Amino acid sequence: MRLNLTINGARHTADDVWPGESLLYVLRERLGLAGSKNACEQGECGSCTVYFDGTPACSCLIAAGQADGHDVVTVEGIAEGEDALHPVQQAFVDAGAVQCGFCTPGLIVAAHNLVERHDDPSDEEIREELAGNLCRCTGYEKIIDAVHLAAERKQEAGS
Amino acid sequence: MTVGVPENLASATRGGVGQSPNRPDGTRKVTGQFAYSSDLWHDEMLWGVTLRSPHPHARIRSIDISAALATSGVYAVLTHADVPGEKYYGLEENDQPVLAVDTVRFQGEPVALVAAEHPETARRAMDKIVVDYEVLEPLTDSRAAAFDPDVPRLHEHGNVVRHQPVRVGDVAAARNRADVVVRGEYEIGMQDQAFLGPESGLAVPAEDGGVDLYVATQWMHTDLRQVAPCLGLPEEKVRMTLSGVGGAFGAREDLSMQVHAAMLAMHTGRPIKIVYNREESFYGHVHRHPARMRYEHGATADGKLVYATAEIVLDGGAYASSTTNVVGNAASLGVGPYIVPNIAVDAYGVYTNNPPCGAMRGFGAVQACYAYESQMDKLARELGMHPLEVRRVNAIHQGASIATGQVVDTPAPLAEMLQRVRETPMPAERDSSDVRNLPGGASNTTHGEGVRRGVGYAVGLKNICFSEGFDDYSTARVRLEVVGGEPAALVHTAAAEVGQGLVTLEGQIARTELGIERVTIAPADTQVGDAGSSSASRQSYMTGGAVKAACEAIRERLFARAAQRFDVDASELSLAGGKVVAERAGVLAAVADLLGDEAIEETREFHHRPTTSMDPETGQGNTHTQLALCVHRAVVDVDVDLGLLKVVELAAVQDVGKILNRVSLEGQIQGATAQGLGLAVMEEIQLAGGMVRNASFTDYLIPTILDMPPMRLDILEYADPNAPYGLRGAGEPATLSSTPAIAAAIRDATGLDIDRVPVRPHDIVTG
Repeated sequence: MRLNLTINGARHTADDVWPGESLLYVLRERLGLAGSKNACEQGECGSCTVYFDGTPACSCLIAAGQADGHDVVTVEGIAEGEDALHPVQQAFVDAGAVQCGFCTPGLIVAAHNLVERHDDPSDEEIREELAGNLCRCTGYEKIIDAVHLAAERKQEAGS
Repeated sequence: MTVGVPENLASATRGGVGQSPNRPDGTRKVTGQFAYSSDLWHDEMLWGVTLRSPHPHARIRSIDISAALATSGVYAVLTHADVPGEKYYGLEENDQPVLAVDTVRFQGEPVALVAAEHPETARRAMDKIVVDYEVLEPLTDSRAAAFDPDVPRLHEHGNVVRHQPVRVGDVAAARNRADVVVRGEYEIGMQDQAFLGPESGLAVPAEDGGVDLYVATQWMHTDLRQVAPCLGLPEEKVRMTLSGVGGAFGAREDLSMQVHAAMLAMHTGRPIKIVYNREESFYGHVHRHPARMRYEHGATADGKLVYATAEIVLDGGAYASSTTNVVGNAASLGVGPYIVPNIAVDAYGVYTNNPPCGAMRGFGAVQACYAYESQMDKLARELGMHPLEVRRVNAIHQGASIATGQVVDTPAPLAEMLQRVRETPMPAERDSSDVRNLPGGASNTTHGEGVRRGVGYAVGLKNICFSEGFDDYSTARVRLEVVGGEPAALVHTAAAEVGQGLVTLEGQIARTELGIERVTIAPADTQVGDAGSSSASRQSYMTGGAVKAACEAIRERLFARAAQRFDVDASELSLAGGKVVAERAGVLAAVADLLGDEAIEETREFHHRPTTSMDPETGQGNTHTQLALCVHRAVVDVDVDLGLLKVVELAAVQDVGKILNRVSLEGQIQGATAQGLGLAVMEEIQLAGGMVRNASFTDYLIPTILDMPPMRLDILEYADPNAPYGLRGAGEPATLSSTPAIAAAIRDATGLDIDRVPVRPHDIVTG
């Protein structure tokens, strides 16, 4: 089947899509957007998190056909330009929240969504919000630090 | 001419050793641009898939590939008959078939390969391969494998891969001197490394008949030593390049898809991509050895240990992998960081029809640590002593001996570490008004009734780098040249960046040693000498040491040049801020001017001081090059009615010798602590008759951000004079002590024995 969808603001078409494919497969293997990661294919790890019509979702759980005509933002669409990282991305780098980085694309989308909605999230709120994203390397402490740092910088930039 | 001294001369080089510069790959990782092995793509490529055994033990009567091969879009179906070279490989013993020959020894063992245009086509063709199995009774009891002569032999040389005794003094005589004796039987489940980036890679056939392999691995040269013979190729025709690695933790030390992809590529003449999904990943790599352990400790009334005995049985599963060395660690570190005058330890690693087990963070030391620390708690209870006090009176120190008779000849500040953890403030009392603070969390299972708090402590002792006489080394090639008017270094090693931050550290070392700021880390590949494995907490020490040595060699050449040109003594010179500086004359020249158009390149191997093997009968020997300690305190809240628990806080004290990069070091200790928590309370590959029951992230649980408590770190720096910068390997020790500290805290909260980890809800409810 033919699939039309908007990704990171640009219209994309994929042909000969097999109905059993996931949105994640289409992004990674048909459209060359390999930023979203496949780590479990069961919606358990969050590594494939994208915005789907503005809501974070596991792209491995969305059938390709369900994405037809919808709006998707991936980790590749979070940065604010060629050389300008989004404050959430910069905070992940600065705080040491990235080790192997396989969980990072999904966490960037989830943390971006959190920071967009909360000016000053508490540790408890961060934990609840990011509970769907597994990280095996960091023990999560530096991820929490990164979200606080991003929120602080956003506040400073806005004030 | 007088040249001014640059302002930054006095300060350390920016981004050098001791600072925490950002990861060089950080930006690519947060933007999704970093290419992991599963992201590789070639326009001409086919997808490879692996048919695996559904049985833990069976004879193969026949394999019929005809229907699979006839499927449209399929380019190859290969079996053991198509392996071009050696049919067996292994890290320590060549006992594992590339593809099963006549017997399968574990569920998930590779039997056949398919290459096709679309992965789904390959999978459907794979389902058409008909394997006629004669199903055999699996041997799944590790103690039977070790001690029962009547069970079937799974390999020609029997079922015991290694038995390593440790004998010190006279245990029988010492028993009479003990005022108290504590005994325990402990069990540890099979933990999975559960890295997030599944096994994957790309094999590209080359014009010279060889193959180029792009894979995620921990040790390229040892891959190469196994892959090339299986392909029937000389090593120079197999070129390996490290792709982005999505975590490792030991699971990438053994081969997975390397030979398979290369075989398919050579057979089809097309590039082959293989990517395991999560379920296949559980079958595609080794796990942490489950252990069954019997311990006995005797002590005097004042808590001093008189003797210790241990029988440690490690289930190595179907193939040897690194079982030999895991047994060595369990034996040599079997009584932990305590002075024990009389010892009888027997550690066994055995073959069974369970999944193969090999390297995982902590490597044999984790299993023993859970048991000996449980024993120390038991002893403290028996004597009415504080658990930290019983550890303190027996603690090793510099000058003391461990079980192997090896004298600890570098700092071992265990007594101070115990004192510091004792003085660490306790977390706040439980606030039951917010259910998120309680076991069960937002599931709202309790409002505090039935919840008990417990506190527990544990210490771990881990060897750093490879032990037992292995000639452990790493290689670094560093090139210094002028790029855009500035001196810049290119650092090239074969060392695997698996997430730990080695690439950051290599840059820091080059900056510090060469006094420059611009450093590029070349992609890791086999075009440079062996770096050894990214395991055993060894890469900061070994590849760090090699980079340092190569930079020093470059510096010597620069100084010789400067000494000649400016008629000064080379011993007076140093490098800082991109300048060559003389002790008295100040800045002599910019490094860029001294280099001109010429590059200086040096390659160095760095070997750590040699170790010896363990005596086969007594286990004695100077088998480790460095030892590291970590102490944990765990605070838990346990809902004793429902068996749910929440780890409230984990505090760690670790001696690292020297902090090279605090941010990345903390990340190692926190990550290691998290994996220890997983083993304590949730992570276990569940087996039934050799069959894996939970090969998914839905059923095999690893800690989420909700499971991890705040962590409090106290990092000490007692330099090891033998190691580069005085550093002590830091990636593993916290994995050891985290698990028994949590188990101890659960004991403290519940009064239960907690003689098995992971602790399950029914262990708490039914005792």
